[in-house]
Amino acid sequence: MSDQMHMHAEHDLAPGDEEQHSVGVRILGYVIGLALALLLTGTSFFIAGTDLVWQPSIPVALIVLAIAQMGVHLVFFLHITTGPDNTNNVLALAFGLLVVFLVVGGTVWIMAHLNANMPPMDQIMRMQ
Amino acid sequence: MSMTATAGRAQADPHHIGVVIEHPGPASKRIVTAYGFWIFLLSDIVMFSCFFAAYAVLSGQTAGGPKGSEIFEQGNVAIETVCLLLSSFTCGMASIAADVRNRFWFYLGMAVTCVLGVIFLVIEFREFADLVARGYGPSRSAFLTAFFSLVGCHGLHVSAGVLWLLTMMAQVFAKGFRADVLRRMMCFALFWHALDIIWVGVFSVVYLLGSGV
Repeated sequence: MSDQMHMHAEHDLAPGDEEQHSVGVRILGYVIGLALALLLTGTSFFIAGTDLVWQPSIPVALIVLAIAQMGVHLVFFLHITTGPDNTNNVLALAFGLLVVFLVVGGTVWIMAHLNANMPPMDQIMRMQ
Repeated sequence: MSMTATAGRAQADPHHIGVVIEHPGPASKRIVTAYGFWIFLLSDIVMFSCFFAAYAVLSGQTAGGPKGSEIFEQGNVAIETVCLLLSSFTCGMASIAADVRNRFWFYLGMAVTCVLGVIFLVIEFREFADLVARGYGPSRSAFLTAFFSLVGCHGLHVSAGVLWLLTMMAQVFAKGFRADVLRRMMCFALFWHALDIIWVGVFSVVYLLGSGV
């Protein structure tokens, strides 16, 4: 029986909980998160009203900045990591994001096509 | 002695695959509670995604009423955003204080979080009241219906969060940092941070994208 491999199954971390750190390290994490979030927010508000950049790039930039800031919040405030003790939390998040993208992307896609293929009601009346 | 050791080993390796996994037993109540609440938060985010989808589809349907760029005031939105972001930070400070069982910093962090949340709600309520007074209520156009339901739903969540926050302060005051109170505090912190994440989507998609288009 001595050839058996011994493995120790660690417990998971609760979502929002961190690994054991000192208070100073934990506060520093929140400070870094706050600074990054403020930077990204400021950039968003600046980009939205500026004439300095090519105008059609602004919506894309705003969406990229928003997704980046959501990532900052997840990492520094909700303490979601890629560690093995966070697998359950990350998998639940991934499934939630899948549903979010299906709902938003699918709705926008389908409704845009319906809009394009269906003329306004007064045009339909004139065709008859 | 050897009998029990063998029995224990058989239990640790029930399929005789040569790998003994020392199970630490069922997960603690703190993990189970927080994970359940995490699932709820994700389903809440899925619900918000439906409101976002409705807004994205209806944002151009103004029915002769005002467009987004005519009614949004970016200064107010910037103040709201900073309030909610700072309150997320102070909420984090309060949850650290709760973990180290420091009452003073817990009450201070929660009180600042509460004040910032209330400032956010007051600004949002005044914006809504001003729009309704000008005749731009939710019944004016499909765009305004989608706007009021998305932003109002987030505002309702923040209102519920403020009530929950005051409840947590009262519970710590009355019961101290008991394990069950700390679990509720952890769920509250998750809820508050998730609301801030949703607000990032709201100010980016509704206010900033909406005022540019």
